[in-house]
Amino acid sequence: MTRLTPRFHVAAGIVAAVLLFGLLGPLVFRGHALGAVVGGLYDHPSGSAWLGTDNIGHDVFTNLMYGTRTSLTIGLVAGLFATLIGVVVGTLAGYRGGAVEEALMGVTNVILAIPSIVVLILISIALGTRSTLAMAVVLGVTSWPWTARAVRAQAASVRTREHLDVARLSGAGTFSLICYDVVPYMLSYLCMAFVLQVSSAVLNEAALSMLGLGPSGGVSLGIMLHWALAWESVRTGAWWAFVPPTVLLTLLAFALLMLQSSLDEVFNPRLRRFVRRRRTTVAAPPPAVRKAEAA
Amino acid sequence: MSTEGPATDLAPADAAAGQLLTARGLRAAYGPTVAVDDVALTVGTGEVLGIAGESGCGKSTLAAVLSLTARPPLTVLGGDLTVDGQHLDLAGRPPRTWRGGVVSLLPQGAMNALSATARVGDMAVDVVRAHRGRVPRSVALDLLADRLDALDLPRRVIGAYPHQLSGGMRQRVVTVLSTLLDPRLLIADEPTSALDVSTQRALVELLRELVGRGLVGGIVFVTHDLPVLRAVADRIAVMYAGRIVETGPTAALVDDPRHPYTAALLSSVLVPEPQVRRRRIGGIRGAPPDLADPPAGCRFRPRCSLATDACTDDPPAVGDPDRYATCWWTRDHPDERLEPSL
Amino acid sequence: MTTEDVPLLAGEHLTRVFGRGRDAVRAVDDVSLALRPGEITTVVGESGSGKSTLARLLLRLLTPTAGRLLLDGRDVTRTSDTTAYWRDVQAVFQDPFSAFNQFFTVRRLMARARRLLGPDLTDARVAEALEQVGLRPGDVLGRYPHQLSGGQRQRVMIARALLVRPRVLIADEATSMLDASLRATILNVLTDLRAETGLAILFITHDIGQACYVSDRVLVMRSGRVVESGPTDEVIFAPTHEYTRRLLADVPRLHG
Ligand SMILES: Nc1ncnc2c1ncn2[C@@H]1O[C@H](COP(=O)(O)OP(=O)(O)OP(=O)(O)O)[C@@H](O)[C@H]1O
Ligand SMILES: Nc1ncnc2c1ncn2[C@@H]1O[C@H](COP(=O)(O)OP(=O)(O)O)[C@@H](O)[C@H]1O
Ligand code: SF4
Ligand SMILES: [Mg+2]
Ligand SMILES: [Mg+2]
Repeated sequence: MTRLTPRFHVAAGIVAAVLLFGLLGPLVFRGHALGAVVGGLYDHPSGSAWLGTDNIGHDVFTNLMYGTRTSLTIGLVAGLFATLIGVVVGTLAGYRGGAVEEALMGVTNVILAIPSIVVLILISIALGTRSTLAMAVVLGVTSWPWTARAVRAQAASVRTREHLDVARLSGAGTFSLICYDVVPYMLSYLCMAFVLQVSSAVLNEAALSMLGLGPSGGVSLGIMLHWALAWESVRTGAWWAFVPPTVLLTLLAFALLMLQSSLDEVFNPRLRRFVRRRRTTVAAPPPAVRKAEAA
Repeated sequence: MSTEGPATDLAPADAAAGQLLTARGLRAAYGPTVAVDDVALTVGTGEVLGIAGESGCGKSTLAAVLSLTARPPLTVLGGDLTVDGQHLDLAGRPPRTWRGGVVSLLPQGAMNALSATARVGDMAVDVVRAHRGRVPRSVALDLLADRLDALDLPRRVIGAYPHQLSGGMRQRVVTVLSTLLDPRLLIADEPTSALDVSTQRALVELLRELVGRGLVGGIVFVTHDLPVLRAVADRIAVMYAGRIVETGPTAALVDDPRHPYTAALLSSVLVPEPQVRRRRIGGIRGAPPDLADPPAGCRFRPRCSLATDACTDDPPAVGDPDRYATCWWTRDHPDERLEPSL
Repeated sequence: MTTEDVPLLAGEHLTRVFGRGRDAVRAVDDVSLALRPGEITTVVGESGSGKSTLARLLLRLLTPTAGRLLLDGRDVTRTSDTTAYWRDVQAVFQDPFSAFNQFFTVRRLMARARRLLGPDLTDARVAEALEQVGLRPGDVLGRYPHQLSGGQRQRVMIARALLVRPRVLIADEATSMLDASLRATILNVLTDLRAETGLAILFITHDIGQACYVSDRVLVMRSGRVVESGPTDEVIFAPTHEYTRRLLADVPRLHG
């Protein structure tokens, strides 16, 4: 029924390539182990270290593979958490309406109003040692309100469809109504919200890590940038230390955003111009990234 | 496949002059279900052609084919269209430029496909901008306001979300939106079915006015509602099981149907007259055939009270291209009136 | 009052207001009506006159702002057991497009009545309900709504309601999507059910032709209020209200 667009293929291709690089890369390119010292401070790219070495002589290419893996893990787990919480809260609010809606949206708005970067910093500091998973959960738990708000609007519009009344008359209970009659109508939308959450989690992780608040004991794209900045790679012209992680981050975030907007095209083919959804309210990525860059 | 029947009776020379739309040999199927089978149609400039027929006979499918909006699982098996002198072979890929500007479809049930999160005014701005580039918002809204006035819709509709409107209002809004750009040919699929009689009348008047002022070149009006067609259409084509079984000028067709199916359909129309209350009006007995495996010969045969052995052969088109019925009985009884015999 | 006088389903002074303050819409305004076994009551009125809202009130899908709802003389306006209520009162809605869950096949749609019917929900009963409305069960059971034409969908919806074998059926413009022949067939199904099982029917339509054919009593609604009501012959052939006359005048005629 749906037709995939070229844009979708390009975006999905890039995302898949980055995923493969992070997941399978370390299994394929086994030249150096993570954490092995293979050279000196900022060695130039060479046959053995394709992208040179970093400030303590680790292979940048190896770091890049593992860093991508960490960033992706955090992105996916955080995206999953944020989407799940957002969907539950948003659906309940939109479907029940009335007092339930007001209460849930009140909470959502309060959380929305708290600058998330501050929360992230506070939680990150409080946690002391931060595992990758803990980091992902923290990111997910602070970014669900966007999804909740958008899902609520969707659920509220599905709620007015007559098929819900028909299901009620057939004796369907609230749980069955939500699972079978409301959520399926939002699936395409949830897909897009999830992709957006993943991309914003990846960027947020990078921002936090650059500030030195990344997952401890590992390497992520953000941590690579943190080291590169802290050890003056920019001033010394060691481009191989900061360009590759920046390129990967940009590529990943760009491809995810493109995937999201092409999914929009796939799910809402412009059969009839005036029927198309005006998507101005899909959960926007938290502005934390921009703030972090400014900081 | 089109050796006999109306499709070949319409020589291209007859069809070309003064016609807005000439369609020939249209065939379209959902897998094995051939929902439109060798259909030929013409619509003159400034004309409203009504397509009538019972549920499931392929009217919406025909509308999709004519408006170039057929998408899987519906496949167009063949046929060609001439709209406004431009020729198009349906076996190929339809050019993008045709849809919307040349032919526009007002789909069945469109009133429920309206985006729930956009106001009517925003949709109108979208429609206009999608085709005419960056038009000021106020221009699009003025256009919308004019059309709303013509349909007796309150102006508050512009700022309303679809769920704030009643069903009848939504249908009128959709109609207004799909004619905002003045397409050459409008294909309207059951636009009045969800409307009350007063609103139907208003909609019919709007459509007639659009045609009268030349804003829309012509309309193919699909409905199951014969009384509405009586009011809106210049000519009517009656469809049965994927084929056109009778066509003719509205008054002639309604007053003197030449095909038993048309006659039966007409006799089950309920009008608010005292005799309706005293009589039991039966529908046509039996069910329409399975379009994946239609009966040979006349497709109406299993339900027809006039059927004879001859009817197992494909019936001929009796009459001329503008007024024909495909029926053996009609060929053998050219001067006899069809009495509704149910 | 003797027991025969107690209507099956009655609404008393039903009122429903949407919105607040200046935006308030009195969609249904002080409407009283009674549905009796074996009787077809028709509500006619233009679009937006509050017919569907009235139907939803009677179905307990909306709570009235004011007024009461009585089933067998019992006040059920605010009781919590809606499941039992829907075993007695079923409905067919106006629009066969949004009435379907597009992810369900017809079979699953029918199977949803399990909560109401329990073990009584058998394949044979489903098949019977579909056949009542002229559908071949084998043909439609496996289909998704987008694979059915408009008229087929509406018949599936009618079959869904009949499956429950309710005592009251509320048909909100249930036949407006059907062609003349099918419409006559379905109306005959309804009148036969009424005669055989004593089904009480509230038939909502904007088509006076249909009202004229099926109904015993007619209520004419406008802007949420009942402007005229009475036996069909009186209301349709000797209307007293100017609005009823206008509705009659707007009916498209086949001849002349
Ligand atoms: N949920 C709602 N919120 C606000 N207004 C509503 C709502 N539902 C209905 N209305 C308003 O109530 C009035 C009656 O609506 P209703 O849908 O009952 O009319 P109707 O007679 O069934 O019309 P139609 O035949 O077009 O469906 C209309 O003015 C409508 O705009
Ligand atoms: N997507 C589909 N898949 C299979 N069959 C379909 C589909 N859509 C419609 N049909 C069948 O095609 C026939 C014609 O349908 P349609 O054109 O919608 O009828 P109508 O004249 O009521 O508008 C019907 O038998 C219908 O069941
Ligand atoms: S051809 Fe025969 S079966 Fe068909 S409509 Fe005519 S008389 Fe009836
Ligand atoms: Mg149709
Ligand atoms: Mg209604």
